[in-house]
Formats: sequence, structure tokens, C-alpha cells
Amino acid sequence: MKDEVESREDRVAGLKGMGCSRKRVEDARFTQGKGNYVDDLKLDGMLFGDFVRSPYAHARIVNIDTEAALKVPGVLAVLTAKDLEPLGLHWMPTLAGDKQMVLADGKVLFQGQEVAYVVVQDRYAAADGIEAVEVDYEELPVLVNPFEALKSDVVLREDLLAEDGSIPDGAHGPRKHHNHIFTWEAGDKDPTLEVIDNADVVAEETMYYHRTHPCPLETCGCVASMDKVNGKLTLWGTFQAPHAIRTVVSLISGIEEHNIRVISPDIGGGFGNKVGAYPGYVCSVVASIVTGKPVKWIEDRMDNLMTTAFARDYHMTGRIAATKEGKITGVHCSVTADHGGFDACADPTKFPAGFMNICTGSYDIPTAYLEVDGVYTNKAPGGVSYRCSFRVTEAVYFIERMIEVLAIKLNMDAAELRRINFIKKEQFPYQAALGWEYDSGDYHTAWDKALKAVDYDGLRAEQAQRVEDFKAGKTRKLMGIGLTFFTEIVGAGPVKNCDILGLGMFDSCEIRIHPTGSAIARLGTISQGQGHATTFAQILASEIGLPADSITIEEGDTDTAPYGLGTYGSRSTPVAGAATAMAGRKIRAKAQMIAAYLLEVHDDDVEFDVDRFAVKGAPEKFKTMNEIAFAAYNQAIPGIEPGLEAVSYYDPPNMTYPFGAYVCVMDIDVDTGVPVIRRFYALDDCGTRINPMIIEGQVHGGLTEALAVALGQEIAYDDMGNVKTGTLMDFFLPTAWEVPNYETDHTVTPSPHHPIGAKGVGESPHVGGVPCFSNAVQDAFRPFGNTHTNMPHDHWRIWKTANELGLHG
Amino acid sequence: MIPAAFEYYRPKDMTGVLSLLGEHGDNARVIAGGHSLIPMMKLRMADVPHLIDLQGVGGLDDIELSANSIRIGAMVTQHDIIDHNGLASAAPILREAALQIADPQVRYMGTVGGNVANGDPGNDMPGLMQCLDATFTVVGLDGERDIPARQFYEAAYMTAREDEEVLTSITMLIPAGGYAYEKQKRKIGDYATAAAAVLLTKEGNTCKSASIAMTNLSDIPVYSEEAGAALVGSSLDDTAIKAAVTAVLGDIDPSEDNRGPVAFKKHLAGVILRRAIERAWSRA
Amino acid sequence: MSKKQHYKITVNGKEEEFLAEPRELLIHTLRERLKITGPHIGCETSHCGACTVTVNGKSVKSCTVFVAQADGTEITTIEGIGSPDALHPLQEAFKEHHGLQCGFCTPGMIIRASKLLEEIPNPSEEEIRFGMAGNICRCTGYQNIVKSIQAAAAEMNSAKEAAE
Repeated sequence: MKDEVESREDRVAGLKGMGCSRKRVEDARFTQGKGNYVDDLKLDGMLFGDFVRSPYAHARIVNIDTEAALKVPGVLAVLTAKDLEPLGLHWMPTLAGDKQMVLADGKVLFQGQEVAYVVVQDRYAAADGIEAVEVDYEELPVLVNPFEALKSDVVLREDLLAEDGSIPDGAHGPRKHHNHIFTWEAGDKDPTLEVIDNADVVAEETMYYHRTHPCPLETCGCVASMDKVNGKLTLWGTFQAPHAIRTVVSLISGIEEHNIRVISPDIGGGFGNKVGAYPGYVCSVVASIVTGKPVKWIEDRMDNLMTTAFARDYHMTGRIAATKEGKITGVHCSVTADHGGFDACADPTKFPAGFMNICTGSYDIPTAYLEVDGVYTNKAPGGVSYRCSFRVTEAVYFIERMIEVLAIKLNMDAAELRRINFIKKEQFPYQAALGWEYDSGDYHTAWDKALKAVDYDGLRAEQAQRVEDFKAGKTRKLMGIGLTFFTEIVGAGPVKNCDILGLGMFDSCEIRIHPTGSAIARLGTISQGQGHATTFAQILASEIGLPADSITIEEGDTDTAPYGLGTYGSRSTPVAGAATAMAGRKIRAKAQMIAAYLLEVHDDDVEFDVDRFAVKGAPEKFKTMNEIAFAAYNQAIPGIEPGLEAVSYYDPPNMTYPFGAYVCVMDIDVDTGVPVIRRFYALDDCGTRINPMIIEGQVHGGLTEALAVALGQEIAYDDMGNVKTGTLMDFFLPTAWEVPNYETDHTVTPSPHHPIGAKGVGESPHVGGVPCFSNAVQDAFRPFGNTHTNMPHDHWRIWKTANELGLHG
Repeated sequence: MIPAAFEYYRPKDMTGVLSLLGEHGDNARVIAGGHSLIPMMKLRMADVPHLIDLQGVGGLDDIELSANSIRIGAMVTQHDIIDHNGLASAAPILREAALQIADPQVRYMGTVGGNVANGDPGNDMPGLMQCLDATFTVVGLDGERDIPARQFYEAAYMTAREDEEVLTSITMLIPAGGYAYEKQKRKIGDYATAAAAVLLTKEGNTCKSASIAMTNLSDIPVYSEEAGAALVGSSLDDTAIKAAVTAVLGDIDPSEDNRGPVAFKKHLAGVILRRAIERAWSRA
Repeated sequence: MSKKQHYKITVNGKEEEFLAEPRELLIHTLRERLKITGPHIGCETSHCGACTVTVNGKSVKSCTVFVAQADGTEITTIEGIGSPDALHPLQEAFKEHHGLQCGFCTPGMIIRASKLLEEIPNPSEEEIRFGMAGNICRCTGYQNIVKSIQAAAAEMNSAKEAAE
């Protein structure tokens, strides 16, 4: 028999389990143009919906005249807030405990806001119909700066005032001003201030992490189809969290949850853009209920950039205290967060500023205090985690900039400053001053490996020479060395403190083994390019001993998949990956009993060996998982139910804490402001590595998104609240020409609490990449007196830095 | 992003084009590659009730080289320019510039005629053609007339071409000497933050002639006679280049946009011009 | 709305005749009318290249072409360059070298690369990066796309040599 000649090594390889660079099973359809994205869906009689949007950032709506639009051929209906009001659907709850207008109810609060929804026969009629809707606006004063908003008499949200004009508490406690949303605090204020007041050295900096957008290549969209005969609503869409959408739709529409089926087909990238619930979904559902026909809504790119899910927009002030020797003693972070017209941040309920309280970073900082004030302005709502876990990108940017600023103040090398402050390996699990328990880490090893790989001392020597040459007039190019050491916090999360809209953030996996030894597993997550169908099968292959190629992974259909909270915040591997392993172990436990029966020994006398159970001490006596699967269904085994299935709902005991060490070498043309990335080295430690090929791909992609954000990508507004960067001409998405090759590396520090030790990696390169690119720019100017300049470091802003430092003669 | 409805025509000859233009006046536009016009129509920033496609009209897509001159048909694409080896050796600045326009797909569709005719200050070919002292031939119902590129541009999207006329070809003498088209942009696909076209000839170590034009630094391309004059007769020493830069800075009038404020653009214009001059000189 | 006109285009070798408004964008003709959904819509302003197809031998962004302009042309989309049993070397290479993640840009990327390799059969990395700069990918950072195209070029060149 083949099994007898096959070595153990061959059997392991044959499974294509964990640790192997298995080729992706998704790619066959994508490379042949046979993906199934939501806009590919065509249903009989399908109608289209699209929005009339506000050209103004703040205006009262005097009148909406739909008469002319209704005469446009193909236009069937024009919905306004008045039509939705009797259904109670003119407003909807946001993920952050606020409410948001579905269609403008008397006023608009940001440019591009949804004013009316045109239901039409095709896209062309939609465009014509939208043109024909006449809206009278009365312009109101516009607030685009959160600091001004907090002082202004202009009330953005009259709906949140009490009748007597007082300001009731919001979803996250008291509000200080009518444009104020919440104050959120972490850590100990007084002890921190005391440490700072008495420190040897205090470095202070104010920084603005600009507003940007996840901008996946596929925009958001949906198809709602109400089957009036059976009373069932099917909703296909670009949902990063299909089950959560089902529950939200049920809660706001009153349709019982069993009568709603939400399907996320293939998704063309998400990066956080597709977590939230948008007016387009609600209006499409309503239109389908009214017309009895399927209704499709697909954003165009301008809609996408202007309205759904911005990211960042944090004004941060930091103070960091240290001894003369550079040992950090305390940090104070104060944030003013611009949330736009509605608070629609996608954060766990108890964390209105996400996990910003990871802002002590990778450092052993005994005392810390964080305060965040959320503010309403006349900008689009959102505040999603753009390729990051709930504001971790902001937190890491903050601390990695503060470290650099402190290094300047101490006149110390920034790499050394990091080294002497790292949490030591033996301190894990580490209790951070702002509340988190870091599960594991080995920062010194990673840092030393990174610095050695790039010849850090050599780079510094080269940089010093370059400065000399520059001063001597021999070159007009400066060299920057960007350093970053980041710790992420991902895998939200433990239900005891993580929920969204009351939905606990566990995740799930359900497995059915087929009699012939293949299997299907379904999960509560949904891939948007991460390759779940490939990697989750690898986890299972190693756990249950069936080849990954024989395991189908299915996600995204709420009628078939077990309940889960979806894919964002790098939670799929830490939470659903754990559920997958645990479900696999349940399969294995039953298989063990079956094997023991078949081998006529006691349960305890068989042991799992790659793809089989063998009798302990007699490895020639075994039953393969294939044989066990067949027996499970087809052999009457006393005391054991037929079948081989398992389900696991995994509530993680803690977050996972991936980390990494990045170095960027950049040459900057002082006269033009053009930066060229000469080298980028990325060491990631994501714990156990499931598929190195996919990890590397995730790192390349995350770094490229980081490059974009650091070097030019922004959602910019003018003083009137007009979006200045609404198309891909101005919203910076780099092409192959602007992107370097990256060097990837790794260490492996498994998570002690995760069943397979994996931590998640998709977002690390973005979280660590942004400060690394930014630090490289800033480091180039450090010898000339630069301490901090704000991103994005596009050509003119880099030029401006050089200009202000007097480098243009 | 879907344009308003329009009537579409694909006449087989120029007479047909001109009669449609005569009939519909400024309600009609001709379309070549369409990569400037179509996005504007999709954003509903350009209203074009009558769209006249030139692709059926013969004789507009030739590149003709003679001993001392070049004629480029209006429907010649940027890709054709890049792909034409004879042209690349006769006037390499054309290929150098065309490679810096948009991206491969857009260069397959975008035509030289469209690029120079529509008057978009962001387009690269107008400044280049001014540098080359090219002549645009336009045809109307009253016949053909030639307009020097240096006199063609009046304001953004306003040119010496009448609404009823069509630009059919561009002619120029084969340039001698060194050349450079230097462009700074934010990324592939972007318009210039600043760009400079420079042609120089030298005799010994002396600059004999110089032609300089700048792109996207004013609402029209800027040919700076004074800047060229500042170089002629010099050995392109620092003083001469500074004088040329000063002259150009006097001629341009950039406005602030997402690429940066006026001060940056002015400074950059000087840097880009200097680099273009130095590169052209090294090739002269 | 303007009057519908009669148009004829050949897509992936198949002749298609239909009535359409002249303003219909070629990407919608392909996706909505002919149900050829490989080409995608990403930016709508000719920047991202997700809608790239080959029209009369040129790589074209079909979001910026009216069907009226395309009347009489021959078009190849991702669906026309390989079959499940005989993938194009680029399709194989993208799978082999992890040249895609979400897959949304992939059809435009591969069809553009197929044209690039016709023009430059053995491109350098720089030529690939420059020649692919009309196609945006948000997932891969391009490194593995470059690798995939290099691998496909090598494969196609050695197949050509073997045939000669």
C-alpha cells in the first residue's frame, strides 16, 4: 500500500497544511475573469438605485422637487426622507451608538450626503434622473476644523439637543459642547502629569494624522431582493461583516432575522471601507420591498471617496518624559478626533477611540494617560480602521513619532532609545499602563536582527557623510533612515470587553467531514483578498489530517455559515482561525474514538500522527482519517452517533499582539521635494506562520498602502467643506512605477493563548509602514533642525520643510 | 459617472465633419481619442449634444518625415509617436515627452491633435509644440489656415481655433541640437506640477539658439522668448541659466492646486527648467 | 436619452449586434449587455485600469470609450485569452507567484500584461513597472505582479524557442 512506503515527511507535505506556501485556490476563477463580485450579479427585472447628493457641506433643505425627474424615461420613483419617515427608516443607527440620516432630513451635514434615492430601470436613467431632481438648499456656516467646531455657536446636530437647548449625554457619556461627541480616557491622569512635571527630560509634539480613505478598488454596493411571495429578503453586498449586517437590517427593518439572508460574494478589497452600514443598503432594501423587484446600488468612485468610511483624522498632542539616560518614565497623549457629521466609527462599543490606548507601543512605560475628544464637523462620517485594528495605526504613529522626537531632545540615536525602552522578553505577559495585557513578544531579538540586516551603523555613517557633502554643496539629496518598531493589537476580541452594537466579537467555524474523506468548513468571516479559502484549509489539514486540497472553505452566506463578526481588524486568523483549529480538534477527538474502536484498542491507546490514528508503540497498526471518515458514516459503532461534524464558537481569552521591526532608506531631492525609496526592510513576527507566501503578499500590500498614506494620500477639504481629492487623479494610489521592491523577514513568537499560536498579519505592514515612511522623511531633515512635520509627505510639503529649514539658500 | 445623452456622428470625410460643425455650432465637439473629453462628459462638466468622431476621416493619422520637416496628423496617438523610430531619431524630444504623458492605455488612445487642440493647461504637447515652434493647421468651411503654436493659446480651453474649425495636422522643422522634456508629477497619470521643454544648439562652447516653453504653470503654455535669449551667446554658465530662470518666472503665473501652492510651483519651475537646460546642453 | 443605434462589435471572436445609445460606455456594453464581467469598474476616470480590454490590438480603458466609438472593432477581454483547460501563461504565472489577492484588478492587469509582452517579449523589471503603470492594484504592492509577468515572459519565450 502507498501509505506504507510513504515517509512521514511525505505525508506531512501531502496535506499542504500549516507552514507551507500553498498556492491559492481562489486564483483559478479570478485569473479567468470568473470572480463573482456584487456588480456582476444580474437578476431578472433588476432595478437600479442611486443618490442625489448634496453639493454643500452644511445646508438646510428648503424643498425637493421630483416632478421633472419622474418624467425622465426609466425613472420609477424618487425616495426622500419623507417617504422613509413612516417606516422609521429616515435615520439609522451607526456602529458607534449615534444615528445617521439615511436621506437628508431637513438638512445636510457634509458634501455628498444622500438627499434623495432615485429608483430606475438602468444606470443611464439613474444618471439622468439625478440630474433632474431639483433641490433648494439654504447654505449654513461650515465647520471643517474640530477645534473651531468646539468653540462655535453653530449647532451641527440639533437632533441631539434637548428641547430646552441643553446637551444630553451621548452614547459614550457627557458631552461638553453641542458639537462635542465624547471624551474617552485611559490610564492615570494625575500620576502621569506628576511624572511629566518632575522628569529630567520632556519632549512635546503636536501632530495631525490626516484624513484618508481605504479606497478598495471595488466600491461599496449591494443588491436587495425582497421575495414577496415567501417574505424573504436576500441582500448581496460588499459586506466585511455579513452576519452583523443581517442583524442590523433585522433590527431596523423589523423583518425577522430568519427571513433575511445576507450574502457577501467575492469582495474586491475592503481595508475597512466595507465594515459599516450605509444609506445605500437601507434605501435598496426599501426600494425592493416597495417594488417587489431586486434593486442594485453601486457607488461610483467619487461617492466612495466622499461619503463611505473615511479613516484617521486625529489631531494628537503628546508629551513623553524620560530620564537623562533615555529611560521613558511616562507619556501623555491628548487627541481631538474629527468624526464628521455623524459618529459612525467602526469600533467596539466600549472603545469609542478604538484601541488608541495601545499608544504606549512596544515600550515599558510605567505611567501613561490618554484622553480623546470626539467632535462633529461638516465632513463625511466614518472613522473606520483602514487596514488596521481600531485606531492602532494612529496609536503606533503617535508613539513612533514621539520616540523620534524624544531621541532628538536627548540627542540620542533613535534605534538605541528604542532598545533601552523595549518591553523585555521575560516581562511577558506584560501589563501595559493603559490597560492591555500583551500576550508575548521578543522585541530585542527582532530589533537586532533588523538593524543587522540593513547594516544600520553603516547607514548612519553614510548618512553623516551625505550631510557633510550636502553642506559642502556636493549634493542636493539628503538621506533619511526611517525606523519603526510596532506592536499591534488585533483579534478583537474577548466578548467580555469587545462588542459592536451589542454583538459579541467571537467567531466561528463549522466543519462537515464527508464519508470519502473530504470536507467543507464554513466560517463567520469573509475574505476580501486575504485567501481564507486557502489558509483556513491549511489549518484544518494540519488539525484533522485530511489534505487541504480536499477541504472546501465557504464564507459569506448567512444562511449556511455559522454566526460570526466578520473580517476586519486582523481578526480572522486570531479569532476564526482559532475557531477552525478548535472545531478541527473536536473532529479529531471523535475520530480518535472511532479509530480506537476500529483498531480494537482503548481510546487512550491510539495517537494522532499526521493523517491517521495509530496504536501507541505499534505505528504499523493505524486507521487513516479517510478510513475513519468512512466508518463514521457507514459503520454502526456502539455508543457513538453516526457522522463526523463539529462546530466551534471561539471567544478569545485575549487579543494577539503581532509586532515588527521596519527600516526604510530614502533619498530626498531637497529642491523638488521628491522622495525615492531606496530600500525597505520589513521584519514581521505574526507568531505561527500558516502560509509564508500569503504572509509575504500581505506585507507587500500593506506596505504599499502605508507608502500611499505617508507620501500623499488624503481626503482634503477646503474651507467650504468641498472635497478636493474626490477622484483618482488627486487621491493618491501609487502605481507599479512609484512602488519599490520590499525585503521581508521574520521571527516567530507564537501567541501563548491561541490554539495554533498565530497572531494575524494583514494589517501589521500598514500599521508599521506609515510611521516608518514618515520617519524616513523626517529623519532626512533631522540634522538641519527638523523635529516633526505632518503627513502626507507629498512633494510640496517635503519641499516646504526644506524651505522652512533654509535649505534652498 | 454617466454622460448626458448626445447624438453621435462618424463622418467619412472632413467635408462631413465641417458641415456638422457648421450646423450645430458650439453644440458640437469633435472627438479624437476622447481621453480628455470623455471624463469631462462623464462628470457632466462638459455638455456635448453633438459628438463628431474623427476616426472615420482618412488622412489624419500619418507621420510624414522629409529632409527637414515633420508633419504629424491630428489623429496620431502618443503611442504612435513613441513607436515611430524615424521620428524618434529626427525629433527625440517628442518621444521623451510622450512617454511622460498619462499611462500606456491612455497613450494608445490619446492623440497629439486632441492634446494640442483642447487647450487644457495640463496637457504636455502644447508647451512642447511651442518649444518646437510648430505650426497647427486648421480647416474650416472657408479652407485651411496655419496658426503658429506660439499664437494658438488664449486662455484655458480657449484657442485661436474657431468652433467650426478642426485641427488637422502639426508641422515643424526638424529640430537640431540638444533637447530635454523635464516633467515633475505626483505619479503616473498625473498632469505636471511643472514641466519644461528645452531645445538648444551650440557652436563650440557657445549657445547658438535656445527655445524654452513651460507646461501647467499658467492657464496656457508659456513660451518664453526672453528665457531663450538669455542663454544665446552664453556658455550656459550659472549667470546665464539664472537669467533664463528669472525670465521664465516673470512669464509664468501658476495657481495653487492639490500639487502645491504658488511659491512651490515657482521654485519648482526654476529647478525643472535648470535641469532641462543642463540636460539639453549635455546632448547638444 | 438619445435614439438607439445599431452597433456591431466582435468580442473574443464572437460577433455581437445590438441596439444601444451612443453614450453607452464600452465597459457597460461588455458587462451589462454581453454579460462579460471579467473587466471591472474601479475609478471611472481612466486612472485605475480595472476595465482594460484589448481593442483592435491596443490596450484600452473601456470606461472611457463610448460604444459608438467602438462600433466595428475587435475586442479581447480576459475571457478571451485562455480556457480552463489551457490557461494563458500569464494566468498560470499569476497563480503560481501570488500575483493577485482580491482579484478585482486581475483581469485588467493580465489583459494589459498580455499586450505588453507582445510588444516587449522579454521586458526588464523597469519596463514591466512602466508598462503596467496604467493598472492600479490595491492589494499586492505589485512586487508579485512583476514577478508573475517575468515568469510568464520566460515561459512564453522558451515555448516559442521550442516551437522554432
